[in-house]
Amino acid sequence: MRLSSRQTRAIGFGALGVLSLAVVWEGYKLLGPPEGISIGETVLLPRTTELAMPHVWDSVARAFQPASSASGELVIVAVAKAAASTLGIAGLGMLLGAVVGVLLALLMQRFLLADRAMLPWLILSQTVPLIALAPLVVAWGGKLQLGPFEWERWMSVAVIASYLAFFPVAIGTLRGLRSPEQAHLDLFRAQGAGWWKTLRYLRLPAAVPHLLAALRLGTATAIIGTVVAEVSTGARGGIGRLIVEYAQSGSSDPAKAWAPIAGAVVLGLVAAGAVALAGLMLHNYRRAEAR
Amino acid sequence: MSAVEVAGVTKVFETRTDTVRALDEVSLTVADGEFVALIGPSGCGKSTLMRLIADLDEPSEGEVRVFGMPARTARLERAYGIAFQQAGLLPWRTVRANVELPLELHGASAAARRARADELVELVGLGDFADHHPDQLSGGMQQRVAIARSLAEHPRLLLMDEPFGALDEMTRERLQGELLRIRTETGAAVVFVTHSIPEAVFLADRVVVMSPRPGRITEIVDIDRPDATADAESMRESDAFFRSVTAVREALHGGGAAAESAATHGASTRGVETR
Ligand SMILES: Nc1ncnc2c1ncn2[C@@H]1O[C@H](COP(=O)(O)OP(=O)(O)OP(=O)(O)O)[C@@H](O)[C@H]1O
Ligand SMILES: [Mg+2]
Repeated sequence: MRLSSRQTRAIGFGALGVLSLAVVWEGYKLLGPPEGISIGETVLLPRTTELAMPHVWDSVARAFQPASSASGELVIVAVAKAAASTLGIAGLGMLLGAVVGVLLALLMQRFLLADRAMLPWLILSQTVPLIALAPLVVAWGGKLQLGPFEWERWMSVAVIASYLAFFPVAIGTLRGLRSPEQAHLDLFRAQGAGWWKTLRYLRLPAAVPHLLAALRLGTATAIIGTVVAEVSTGARGGIGRLIVEYAQSGSSDPAKAWAPIAGAVVLGLVAAGAVALAGLMLHNYRRAEAR
Repeated sequence: MSAVEVAGVTKVFETRTDTVRALDEVSLTVADGEFVALIGPSGCGKSTLMRLIADLDEPSEGEVRVFGMPARTARLERAYGIAFQQAGLLPWRTVRANVELPLELHGASAAARRARADELVELVGLGDFADHHPDQLSGGMQQRVAIARSLAEHPRLLLMDEPFGALDEMTRERLQGELLRIRTETGAAVVFVTHSIPEAVFLADRVVVMSPRPGRITEIVDIDRPDATADAESMRESDAFFRSVTAVREALHGGGAAAESAATHGASTRGVETR
């Protein structure tokens, strides 16, 4: 697949963004006062000490040193492992959320009553704070036991991620399923096409651009949700856990704490990239979009 | 058997604020193989009438039959092909795939679909564009694809709602010629909505003139067509053509009651126009 000049430019701008972030970081560190800038009690800008803001290159260098004297594993390897684990869980949650979201959208498109009855609950569901949700899911999951199957922490995390991801997918897909214009619907009716054929040949293809936009939003939420849920459920092995762990060693080893944070950012980029790739493959369904 | 039989059809639209009598006791018969043009001022119910024939809407009163079947049965039996004012192509499908759509919906085999689509794409002169997408075509080309699509299943009846409405005069005249040729080849009956008097006269065997509020048929003008061998150019410049254009214009401007009174006074209906 060849990249168009627009896509190359987008990647260029992305790289430029990362670079300018580093420049701003170092620039502030150089020029800002060591005790930070604050009005009264409120801190507006952070301290510029080595403890609060290590040099970018120090953080990068730290990433290629062993995580601790006990284990020989490099920081970057530990972060990569944790990121992979988080990505897997987020991906699973995303998949689950997308399936549920699309099914809900189909239901709401098919039955007006379902739309009326469910939409308020869907909106309400997203107002429950994640912090309140996490222990509930863990507790419910803990009660679940089917023969040899046992509920584990990471499953709770996946469920929470899917709970966050399904909403944008449901709303976006519903909009997409409703996007065909009356002329197209008339055409299908004139062909004697029923609900299923209209769905298969008209509504679903027309929903692709909306679905992609929803997935962009959904993956971002799923990743953030996974990281936060890892922290609040105390699940091990993921990048959320690593962020907390390394932050605790912050006072003695400030450069190390930034590695898992950068890892989380890269994770988000990878996920966004995956959706963009899907968009490239489905480009025929996006011809109606403004270019 | 007649292709279309509209008997005493009334269509009332109820909106929140008022009720619109879009059609008022309209009756019309279109014979098998006949080309009928519907003409009339905006809002007189032409599209409504066509949608009723296509069973995209249901009449408030009266009955619509297509090839002797109730309109709904006819639609489910795919008795007609339809083309709207907007081409209405699916943007994610190529020209060929758009033409194939009706066949695909009804389970034709891939090979049969492909063969028929290639034939039709050729027929409307888009052979080189079969693998293009609609956004790569001009409006006139898109319209031709829509016409090809409406022909996909060899319909005995074609319903066309201002299919050339958005086109420039030259493309329009060429497509009119193509449509006549296709129609002669297929022998299908056509119900054709238009705003253009010359277009109606050039294409139709009969021109149905309608008036608004409430939508009624005020007059039906028979067109004496030259034999099929006459070319489009000489047809458009013949005296018969101009006579028919004048007749339709007078019917349009005269309106029902005015035309009648003018006729009983033995005066030319031209007088009505200058009121
Ligand atoms: N779905 C609808 N709801 C309410 N009123 C409608 C509806 N469709 C048509 N009408 C009304 O019915 C009348 C006839 O409409 P119709 O579209 O058949 O006119 P038309 O002859 O096709 O006009 P035009 O030449 O502008 O296309 C109009 O007054 C219109 O407002
Ligand atoms: Mg109309």
